[in-house]
Amino acid sequence: MARASGKKRVALGEIVEAEIDVAMINDITAPLTVDALQKIGVKKIWNPKRVVVVLDHQAPATSIDAARDHAELRKFVAEQRVPNFYDVNEGICHEVLPERGFALPGRLIVGADSHTCTYGALGCFATGIGSTDMAAVLATGKLWFRVPESMKISVEGKLKQRVAPKDLILRIIGDVGADGATYRSVEFVGKGMRGISVAGRMTMCNMGVEIGAKAAIVPSDELTKRWLVGRTRESYKPVDSDKDSTYVEELSYDVAKLEPQVACPHSVDNVSAVREVEGVEVDQAFLGSCTNGRLEDLIEAAKILKGKRVSKHVRMLVVPASREVYLDALGRGLLKLFVEAGALVESPSCAACMGGHIGILAPGEVCISSSNRNFRGRQGSPEAEVYLASPATVAASALKGKIIDPRDV
Amino acid sequence: MARAWVFGDDISTDAIIPGRYLFKWKSSELAKHAMEGADPEFARKVQKGDVIVAGKNFGCGSSREHAPIALKAAGVSAIVAESFARIFYRNAINQGLLVLTCSNVSKGFKSGDKVEIDTKKGIVRNLNTGKTFNAEPLPGFVLEILDAGGLLPYLKRNLSSGRTS
Repeated sequence: MARASGKKRVALGEIVEAEIDVAMINDITAPLTVDALQKIGVKKIWNPKRVVVVLDHQAPATSIDAARDHAELRKFVAEQRVPNFYDVNEGICHEVLPERGFALPGRLIVGADSHTCTYGALGCFATGIGSTDMAAVLATGKLWFRVPESMKISVEGKLKQRVAPKDLILRIIGDVGADGATYRSVEFVGKGMRGISVAGRMTMCNMGVEIGAKAAIVPSDELTKRWLVGRTRESYKPVDSDKDSTYVEELSYDVAKLEPQVACPHSVDNVSAVREVEGVEVDQAFLGSCTNGRLEDLIEAAKILKGKRVSKHVRMLVVPASREVYLDALGRGLLKLFVEAGALVESPSCAACMGGHIGILAPGEVCISSSNRNFRGRQGSPEAEVYLASPATVAASALKGKIIDPRDV
Repeated sequence: MARAWVFGDDISTDAIIPGRYLFKWKSSELAKHAMEGADPEFARKVQKGDVIVAGKNFGCGSSREHAPIALKAAGVSAIVAESFARIFYRNAINQGLLVLTCSNVSKGFKSGDKVEIDTKKGIVRNLNTGKTFNAEPLPGFVLEILDAGGLLPYLKRNLSSGRTS
């Protein structure tokens, strides 16, 4: 914040005007931003190279309205000469930006999407904003921020087999509550985090917004550096917590004791151990989204589904988060394995998580989902129920037709 | 006279405007589905000037600015809640929709109660019970944005009058 606002130091609660390193818009939020830019008469955006446009929520379009928005955005990208445009074939914004090297340690990134906090997994300060604020960013390259208080979550120990970073973040959300970190920046630190892959860190930071956090950050380390090899040519400095940090709240977790968790309907903080809700029958199992649609998530699910068939009562949707993930999974034979198991494999998109594209739920139906939100109506009918869980729990539950602890299959 | 519509905690943007309507983003279209996930009758029954009274974490979830747009276009004049989710709060102000933070307010109203708001003083009054609630004061520049009708008209107004902020 200090660097981006040209100051040596900033104080907690201070309002600063900061320069934005990267700004992202997608097919849901960009139309309102473009409309706002027209209303204020901005002909030329601030810096096309720092803008990323991704069509992912309705990709490919499943309605005339969505197709019209996509067409308008392609026109906008061409007129403004935005080089970083990812059309409906590329994947979810929160997977595409890190893969293409936009999320580098120390950067200040804003995205017109609440899950922009995902990029904090690579040591940047990334936060979701609305479309009008984004119009201000595209016009000026700047935005005002209130410097947030920090909350420290220390992680120790090593996750047991079939217990995932998703289980850890669900447990944290259950403990902290859906508004427990509102306006705060959350730092995930400790030896335990060093043992969690960048993909797992992305899962955790992704759900930072589910406790209200403005940003969620993992200090960069060797894993970060290794993950970024071949993804960027730009230089960056490693980022660590400030030595003199003060925290408004500190929590610690020993993950060696953690067991699989599930967020029950209709709130992300309604969390319990999978064991406590075992037996709930499911109609749909969704493996995908910006939370858990990465290669290692697919690998985890494939271990459980290999050579088996999902329950005939369950529709299983597998949606890789990006073209890169899709190709990797294809090359490893995972997609074949899923199709042989009876699952549907769809092209990269937000899919069932946005409740208006594919995999929409009927009244009374139950979905076990690897995504990030289970609010009433999120995946279709307000009378449907969504349980949030890890890829392993989703796969195991698809297999049995009911929610089950993945360590039991 | 403005009436109160009372809702509980954690009213998400999925409840305020479900994902399936986001591609019909003109405000008149969004208004038809305002609060559909929380009360399917709301959009039909709400009257111009009505006020939403809610518990904590109102507007949690997605950054979709469609949420405050839908509420404002449906006729909602203000939201008084015990707390707001961060992105929704800023989006509402940018859309020129009054958002007031007021502790214990949700227990102080029943749906249909008549409500009066003094924006400058930050006082919310239940005219049925006579009870008053003090809202957290809004900073001057936020009041100016609200007065202009949102961030865009505010910017336009200030640009045309040569003022900067």
